[in-house]
Amino acid sequence: MKPVLEVKDLSVTFRTEDGKLSAVDRVSLEVGDGEVLAVVGESGCGKSVTAMSIAGLLPRTANVDGSVKLDGTELIGADKRTLRSIRGREVAYIFQEPMTSLNPVFTVGHQIGEVLRTHVGLSRQAARARSIELLKLVGIPSAERRVSDYPHQLSGGMRQRVMIAMAVACDPKVLIADEPTTALDVTIQAGILDVLRGLRERLGTSIVLITHDLGVVADLADRVAVMYAGRVVETAQVHELFANPQHPYTAGLLGASPAAGRHAETHRLNEIPGLVPLLSEQPDACTFADRCPRAVDFCTTSQPQLTTGQHQVACWNPVREPVEV
Amino acid sequence: MKRYLLSRLWQSVVTLILATIVVFAGVRALPGDPALALAGEDRDPESLRAIREQYGLDDSLLVQFWQFVSHAARGDLGRSIRTGEPVGSMIAGALPVTIELSILAILVASVIGVGAGVVAAVRRGRPAEWAANALALLGLSVPNFWLGLMAILYLSVALGLFPASGFVPFFSNPIDNLHHLVLPALILGTGLAAVIMRQTRSSMLDALSADYIRTAEAKGLSPRAVIGKHALRNSLIVVVTIVGLQLGALISGAVVTERIFALPGFGKLTVDAVFQRDYPVIQAVVLVTATAYIVINLLVDLLYSVIDPRIRVRGDA
Ligand SMILES: Nc1ncnc2c1ncn2[C@@H]1O[C@H](COP(=O)(O)OP(=O)(O)O)[C@@H](O)[C@H]1O
Ligand code: SF4
Ligand SMILES: [Mg+2]
Repeated sequence: MKPVLEVKDLSVTFRTEDGKLSAVDRVSLEVGDGEVLAVVGESGCGKSVTAMSIAGLLPRTANVDGSVKLDGTELIGADKRTLRSIRGREVAYIFQEPMTSLNPVFTVGHQIGEVLRTHVGLSRQAARARSIELLKLVGIPSAERRVSDYPHQLSGGMRQRVMIAMAVACDPKVLIADEPTTALDVTIQAGILDVLRGLRERLGTSIVLITHDLGVVADLADRVAVMYAGRVVETAQVHELFANPQHPYTAGLLGASPAAGRHAETHRLNEIPGLVPLLSEQPDACTFADRCPRAVDFCTTSQPQLTTGQHQVACWNPVREPVEV
Repeated sequence: MKRYLLSRLWQSVVTLILATIVVFAGVRALPGDPALALAGEDRDPESLRAIREQYGLDDSLLVQFWQFVSHAARGDLGRSIRTGEPVGSMIAGALPVTIELSILAILVASVIGVGAGVVAAVRRGRPAEWAANALALLGLSVPNFWLGLMAILYLSVALGLFPASGFVPFFSNPIDNLHHLVLPALILGTGLAAVIMRQTRSSMLDALSADYIRTAEAKGLSPRAVIGKHALRNSLIVVVTIVGLQLGALISGAVVTERIFALPGFGKLTVDAVFQRDYPVIQAVVLVTATAYIVINLLVDLLYSVIDPRIRVRGDA
């Protein structure tokens, strides 16, 4: 199957006052048609930067290398006009903070309709009618009335639904959800996940789901990519990964507990002792070496590369024994 | 919203009453005797007393105050001690000049200020921002009267681009009227333009780093829509407030500007009246100014709620 989204050797560095900061290092990801790829990893490991670089949304201080292909079209280095026509139409985003991601001075109907007017050329009335349909699609009650509400009149969960409605307005090929439930109450989260699941089933949208929450991963994802310090360290089908984590970091995240997969609904990522290092500090070592219980001499002098195949891992001394499920 | 407006209206009435008292007392606390000013060379006690009686100056302050308030309430602001003209018609003649000048100044200042502020924010750290900042600094630090004199000297006298002074009513010749007012409005508006520019720049910078701007970009909107609509609309909330706060400075600036360009406006009327201790005129002038100030602030408040739905519509989430 040809992937809808193909990220290859994506590297991002930022020009900062303290010099160059490497945030993402040769990351490769693939998302198939209708597939949900979860990207997990500790805060600061480069998940959002990876996500933002897909549609060229990083600030000017970012330097992006590598390749991002959407249905075969190269996006890295594409001109602004092309990128604009893709954003919101073929690649759409949902962000973590529903409270601040909507503009406070426009109605939600206006903000959803804006996407349709920009990309599909709908009239105001048509855009409004379609906005109401979209609000219904994401499960907002009395959508006819809510369409004229301002964001401050809606709860966090409702706002996130509005964000989703806005994102799927043009039926995008890929939906990138960057921690869509992290800022919400646990009780609200389930509803948002239901909406995402429904979209995937009804519209067949491919989803890149960035999350901290292993419960969300188990619930929604087909495949998982685990990131650590700007690199993908392991990637596999979700069941394979939960059952047989090979990278010591992944094993640590899952708590190396045989039941982690099954009871993941209540689990967040395990805390692993130590700090996430900056990428630039260790060009020739495994970035996890300082915190790794399985580290061997080799790990501090040579950087492990991802293996190929269905279950890929970047480690000199991977966990081999399958964990009982 | 309705309740808020009512309470604002009530506040305005109280403010106006207080302003009336302060004005009345303040005018009489000024050194100098209007009867003496009026009598001129003729200083004999008899004629002084006649003058005092004619203008009610020998009544007790309380009686004078009541006279003033009860007449003013009926729209009768009395007659000028100096010219004998009804104060009402003097004000009716002068007010349009000042209102037009102020509106033009606000328009000019808003266009220049908002435009330069947006450019400075978007072109942050580039020559365009430095230029805008330098202009703002100039606008704030160069006094109006100097700027006015320079403008007259170079643009009017040397180049003959604009008339140096005088006024033509709008309805008798709109083009000529604007031709006379462009320069004064520009001069009067410089300070305000600088303030607006700085405010726009900083609130645009805030807005541009907001999450909803990232959303707007992720939707594939053009830079024009992202900056000119999503960011600017939010920035204007702060800008409108600042403009409201600056109106006092604008009104006093109008006095100076009118004098430089010899415009027969409110400023000129005020200055003349103060020099001649023309009590009825001073009182009326200050009263009208206070009223205008209150009305303008109410309007600013309304505008504020038009721009910001969080004020207009209560949240029920
Ligand atoms: N605009 C930026 N300028 C400089 N550094 C940045 C910028 N955005 C992100 N970073 C850095 O890139 C790294 C990855 O950040 P991010 O992708 O946001 O992490 P997360 O996995 O939590 O989403 C972090 O170290 C962060 O400080
Ligand atoms: S390469 Fe070495 S240090 Fe890195 S994760 Fe594997 S065992 Fe640990
Ligand atoms: Mg993030």
